Amino acid sequence: MLSKIVRTVANQLTLFIVVFGLYVIAHGHITPGGGFQGGAVIVSGVILLLVAFGSQELKKSLPERVLSIVESSGAVLFAILAFAGIGTAFFYNFLVGTPIFGGVPEPGPGAGDIWTGGVIPLMNFAVGLKVIAGLSAVVLAIALFSSGEEVEE
Amino acid sequence: MEHIPLNFPFLAAALLVAISFYIIIFKKNLIKLIMGIAMLASGVNLFLVSLGYRAGGTAPIYTDVPEGPMVLAVPQALTLTSIVINVAVLALMLTMVIQIHRHTGSLDSEESRKMKG
Amino acid sequence: MDTLITHSSILIIGILLLAAFLTPLVGRVSERARNILVIGSLAFAAALVFALARDISFNGIHVYALGASSPGLATPEGFMVPVRIVLEVDGMSILMGIIWSIVALAATVFSLSHMSKETGQTRFYTLVLLMVAGGFGMMFTGDLFNLFVFLEITSISGAALIASRTRFADTQEGGFKYIVISSVASLMVLFAIGVLYSQYNLLNVGALAQAMQYTMLDRMALVILIAAFAMKLGAVPVHMWLSDAYSVAPVSVTVLLIAASQSCMYALMRTCFTLYGVTADLTAVGWIIIVSGILSMFIGVTMAIRQTDITRLIAYNCICESGFMLVGIGVGLAVLADPGALAAYGTTAISGAIFHMINHALFEGLLFLAAGAIFYRIGTRDLNQMGGLGHTMKFTAVFFLLGALASSGIPPFNGFASKILIYESVYQFSPILTIIGIFVSIITLAVFIKVFFSAFAGAPLPRYKDVKEVPRTMIAAMAVLAVMIILFGLFPGLITDWIIRPATDALLDQAAYINAIVGAIP
Repeated sequence: MLSKIVRTVANQLTLFIVVFGLYVIAHGHITPGGGFQGGAVIVSGVILLLVAFGSQELKKSLPERVLSIVESSGAVLFAILAFAGIGTAFFYNFLVGTPIFGGVPEPGPGAGDIWTGGVIPLMNFAVGLKVIAGLSAVVLAIALFSSGEEVEE
Repeated sequence: MEHIPLNFPFLAAALLVAISFYIIIFKKNLIKLIMGIAMLASGVNLFLVSLGYRAGGTAPIYTDVPEGPMVLAVPQALTLTSIVINVAVLALMLTMVIQIHRHTGSLDSEESRKMKG
Repeated sequence: MDTLITHSSILIIGILLLAAFLTPLVGRVSERARNILVIGSLAFAAALVFALARDISFNGIHVYALGASSPGLATPEGFMVPVRIVLEVDGMSILMGIIWSIVALAATVFSLSHMSKETGQTRFYTLVLLMVAGGFGMMFTGDLFNLFVFLEITSISGAALIASRTRFADTQEGGFKYIVISSVASLMVLFAIGVLYSQYNLLNVGALAQAMQYTMLDRMALVILIAAFAMKLGAVPVHMWLSDAYSVAPVSVTVLLIAASQSCMYALMRTCFTLYGVTADLTAVGWIIIVSGILSMFIGVTMAIRQTDITRLIAYNCICESGFMLVGIGVGLAVLADPGALAAYGTTAISGAIFHMINHALFEGLLFLAAGAIFYRIGTRDLNQMGGLGHTMKFTAVFFLLGALASSGIPPFNGFASKILIYESVYQFSPILTIIGIFVSIITLAVFIKVFFSAFAGAPLPRYKDVKEVPRTMIAAMAVLAVMIILFGLFPGLITDWIIRPATDALLDQAAYINAIVGAIP
C-alpha cells in the first residue's frame, strides 16, 4: 500500500479511466475501439488501483467469485447473441432494420451515428465485460501469487 | 516522409523477427525467453500492419474522413486478433514461469530442467 | 432435421463453445450437473458429426458462410471474392472430425474418474471443452486466418491443461515448453498468412488455390507453413517438446494432445495438397517430408529403448509412428505431378497415411490410458519400481498388450492394416524406405515387450498387493478404444472402402474444393 497522496489521486483518477474505457467500448463500431480495447483501458485502471492499494486490499473489493461470474456471463451473452440469428445463419446480424441499433448508414464518409451496427455494439459490450473480468482476475492472481500467498485451486 | 524508403517498416519487422529468434534460441533466462516471444509477436504484428499501407492513404474509418484513398483495413483486424491472442499466451507463460520459480527456485533454463534424455 | 444438417458444422463448434462458457457457472451450482453438461455436449457434437458425415457422403462438400443471408452463399452479391469466414467440410475434414469426437468422448469419460480426486475440476473441464471446440474449428474451416485462430485456441488450452496439476514441477516445465513451441509456430503461420494476403488479397483457401501463381514469395510462404506445422506435430528435428509435454500431462489430456497434433498434420496436408496442389512442383517438398519421417522413425524408436518412465516411452513411440505417416504423405506429394505413379502407388500411400492417423489416435490413446490407469493406482510412472501388476490389474494389462501389439504392426490388429498399405506403396517408390520401416517396427515390438514384462508380468511385488483394478468408467473408455482397434484390424477392407478412400479422393481433388466456394451460387 502506497502513501495517502497516491491512494487519493488513484481513487479520483479511476473514475475518468473507467468512463474513457466505457466510451471506447460503446463507440467501437464508428471510431477505433471496441470490446477488447476498451476493456484493456479499464483494466489499466484496475492495475492503477492494484499498485496504489496493494493486492490484499483489492482482493476484498474484487473477490474471485464475482470476477468468475461476470466473465462467464459476458461470454455466454456473446454466444447467445451469435446464436440468436441461427434462423438465417450463425452470426447473422438480425438487428439491422429494427429500432435497437438498427440504422443503416449511407455508404461513404460522413459523421458516424451511434445507433447503427446491429448486433455489433451489443457484442462489444459482452466482450468488454469478459475482458474486464478476465484480465482483472489474471492481474490480481499474479499479484497475489508473487506476494507469497497460496491461491486456492 | 518522402525521403524514407517505402520498405523501411518491412526491414524493421525483419530485424525484430531475427533478433527475437536469436534471443529464443540462445538466451538461458526464462524471462528473457518470454521477452523474445513478445518481440517476435511485435515483429509479426508490425509486418501485418505495414503491408496494408497504400501511398497517401488515411486511416480506414468513415467518421469524418478526409478525401483520398484508405489503407487496407483487413490486416489491421488480423493484427488486433493477434494482439489479443498474444496477451493470453504471455499471461499463461508468465504464470508457468512463476510456478517453475516457486518449485525450483531458479530461472535458469539449464538448472530448472528436470527432464533429460 | 434438414436445417439441423445445414447448420451442423457451425453448431458443432458453437454448442461446444457455449457449453465451455456455461461450465464455470454450472460448476458453481453442482458437480453432477457440470459432468452431465460436459458429456452431453460432447455426445451431441459426436452425433452431429456422424449425421454430417452421412450427409457429405451423399451430397458432396458442405459449405457454410458465417453471417450470410443464406448459409451456402459464400460470395455475397456485388462481390467478386468470398469475403465472409467460410467453413468448408469435405471427406477428409469429416474423417478427422469423426476421430476427434470419438477420442474426445473417450478421454473425457476416462477423466471423470481419473481426475475425481483433484481440485479445480471445473476449470479442467472448461479447458477441455475449449480445446475440443478449437480442434473442430481447425478441421472444419476453409479460411486461413480462422485456421490460425483455432490453432492458437487449441494450443493455449492444451498448454494450460498440461500445467493444470500445479503441485508438480515437471508439469510446469512441460507446459512451458509446449506453449513456447506452439507460440513460435503460430506466429510463423501468421507471418506466412500475411505474405499470402499481401500478394492476392484473399484469405479463403479455395479462392487462394484458384488464384495461386507459384511465385518466389509463395514458395517462401509454403516453406514457412510446412516448418511451422512440422513444429506443431512433433516431427524430427523439432520434436524436443513432445516427450516432455506428453509424459507429464494427465493422460486424458495427452490423448487429446495426440489428436490435436493429428489435426496439425491435417492442416499440413490441406496446405500441401489443396492450397498449393498441382500448380506447384512439390517433388522436393515431398522428399524433405520423407527425410523428416525417416529421422522421426529412427530417433523415436531409439530414444524409446532407453527410457525408464512409461509415459515418456510411449511419447517417443508417438514420434516414431508420426514418422510413418510423414513418409506416406511425402511419397504422395513427391508423385503428385505424375498421374501414372499417383494412380499406381501414390493414392495408396496417402490412404495408408490417413488410415494410420486414425489407428495412431486409437492405439496411442489406449496405451496412454492404460499407463494412466497404472499411475492412478500406484502413483508412480517409473518402470524400475513396477512389477507383477498383471495379477490384479487384468483388464489394464490386456488393454496395454493390445495397444502394444497394434502399435508394432502385428496382425490382426489395425496397425498392421495401415502399415501394410504404407509398406506396399512406399516399396514401389523406393525399397529402402520400406526396409527401414519394417526394421523400426521390429524394434518397437522389442521395446514394448520390455515394458510389458517389467510392468505387468513377473512375480507380484509385496508393496502392490493391495492394488485393485481401476474404476468402471476408466475400463469403459479403454474398452471402447480396444473394440475399435480389433474391429479396424479384422475388417480393414470395409474401413478403407467406406471411410478412407472417399477421404483420400476428397484430399486429392483440388478442383472440387475450389468449385464448392467459387462456383457456389445457391
